Amino acid sequence: MAYSDKVVDHYNNPRNVGSLSKEDPNVGTGLVGAPECGDVMKLQMKINPDTQVIEEAKFKTFGCGSAIASSSLATEWVKGKTVDEALSIKNTDIVRELSLPPVKIHCSVLAEDAIKAAIGDWKKKHGVEVPVHEKASH
Amino acid sequence: MAVKLPIYMDNHATTPVDPRVVDAMLPYFTEKFGNAASRNHSFGWAGEEAVETARQQIASLINATPKEIIFTSGATESDNLMIKGIAEMFREKGNHIITQAIEHKAVLDTCKNLEKHGFEVTYLPVQRDGRVSLDDLKAAIKPSTILITIMYANNEIGVLNPIAEIGKIAKERGIFFAVDGVQAVGKVPVDVQKDNIDLLAISGHKIYGPKGVGALYVRRRNPRVQLSAIIDGGGHERGMRSGTLNVPGIVGLGKACEIAQKEMPEEAARLLGLRERLRKGLEAKLDEVFINGSMEHRLPNNLNMSFAYVEGESLLMGINDIAVSSGSACTSATLEPSYVLKALGVGEDLAHTSIRFGLGRFNTQEEVDYVIDKMVQVVTKLRELSPLYEMAKEGIDISKVKWQTA
Repeated sequence: MAYSDKVVDHYNNPRNVGSLSKEDPNVGTGLVGAPECGDVMKLQMKINPDTQVIEEAKFKTFGCGSAIASSSLATEWVKGKTVDEALSIKNTDIVRELSLPPVKIHCSVLAEDAIKAAIGDWKKKHGVEVPVHEKASH
Repeated sequence: MAVKLPIYMDNHATTPVDPRVVDAMLPYFTEKFGNAASRNHSFGWAGEEAVETARQQIASLINATPKEIIFTSGATESDNLMIKGIAEMFREKGNHIITQAIEHKAVLDTCKNLEKHGFEVTYLPVQRDGRVSLDDLKAAIKPSTILITIMYANNEIGVLNPIAEIGKIAKERGIFFAVDGVQAVGKVPVDVQKDNIDLLAISGHKIYGPKGVGALYVRRRNPRVQLSAIIDGGGHERGMRSGTLNVPGIVGLGKACEIAQKEMPEEAARLLGLRERLRKGLEAKLDEVFINGSMEHRLPNNLNMSFAYVEGESLLMGINDIAVSSGSACTSATLEPSYVLKALGVGEDLAHTSIRFGLGRFNTQEEVDYVIDKMVQVVTKLRELSPLYEMAKEGIDISKVKWQTA
């Protein structure tokens, strides 16, 4: 199978590889997939509680080249966005950007899930319904 | 010495044709193009003579007689013919067939097809080392068993079955024994007499011969094995396989067998040396690598290894100047990880990380050293990228994590 140039580029030069401290209250961690399925993505974001802007994003992925590229792209895209903007990223956007073939669509789904899971984790740390300004004291 | 790239190390999938084989074949495309079945002119005679020489060369390699060799289009056809041919011929005697879980699809799917036509098939499990248990086999035999079909060597893990022991059991019980010998013939000594094999499927392109040609050994004495044909037509190959003989291909298969027989002891020792160099090199430089299948009962040219926490397809992508195979789901059409590794009890997580190295006649020590370095480099890089490796290093038991699947 031939990979698109963008997938190869992300595979060869993955962006934002690494980990943030899970204990940091401003860090949301999303861990999705399963080793038996051949894909596990860990996506972490450091989110400013005042502005809700994603200031930092890191990933680590066990999976095929398309899975690595999808998560690498996701970190690039969420950086600088607000939580709501990041939540509007759709897997189809990733498919289009990376020209993923049909058999690799699940990689993009997993990346979207990882974004949601990371933000969900951050929201949980901050209490979902609580207005943002009240969380500033944390 | 600089290594020529890309490196081919996928010799269980196919092998390049040996130049000596090509030389032997060439005249049969142009000058000696006769139909081997043409009995009344010299063109036909030349073809027939070449085919009979090939029969002799193949028979000699497996300790058979030339008349026991039937030519086919390849081992898939040979597997089909030996199983369906016996099933149809002896269905009055019984309808039970015994095979095992990690046969090649050419055998498994043929058996599945027969199940749809009233046959009962037992798929024996394999042990952790990839071999069939003789006790399981004995326990599976019934009065209605007409055929046992077990592969000599597995195409993914290279593990050798106890063929002589199985042959003995089959003979004692009066059951036909059909063997897929594709990976073993020409690589390790295969002796149809000593092993009590009644039918043996052989492929040309796994032994440095051409694609599109294979053979089937069909025992003629003690007992005489009769087969129903699956391809009908002009009654070639004593009625067992109609169709004009592929003379150049057959010449190539014969020559490939002759070379294999002559060079096997030396070649097997050389490949074993390279394989061990590869294994030791990888084991010395990488932690958490696991060998799939028995090391003791194994083809000299096979290494199947799992590189924990690194998914196989991404690994192949990183070593794109080396041709090998992976048991990872992502590399298969079905998106399922290798059924062979699964049957061995290798966890699906590790099955996804497996790589099959198939060494061959034309691989060199320099290539092996290059492969070791490249593998170490890419595995190390991908582990730095792997959340599983990070978790394992933190002391988290991956198998106990509750994964949320999509």
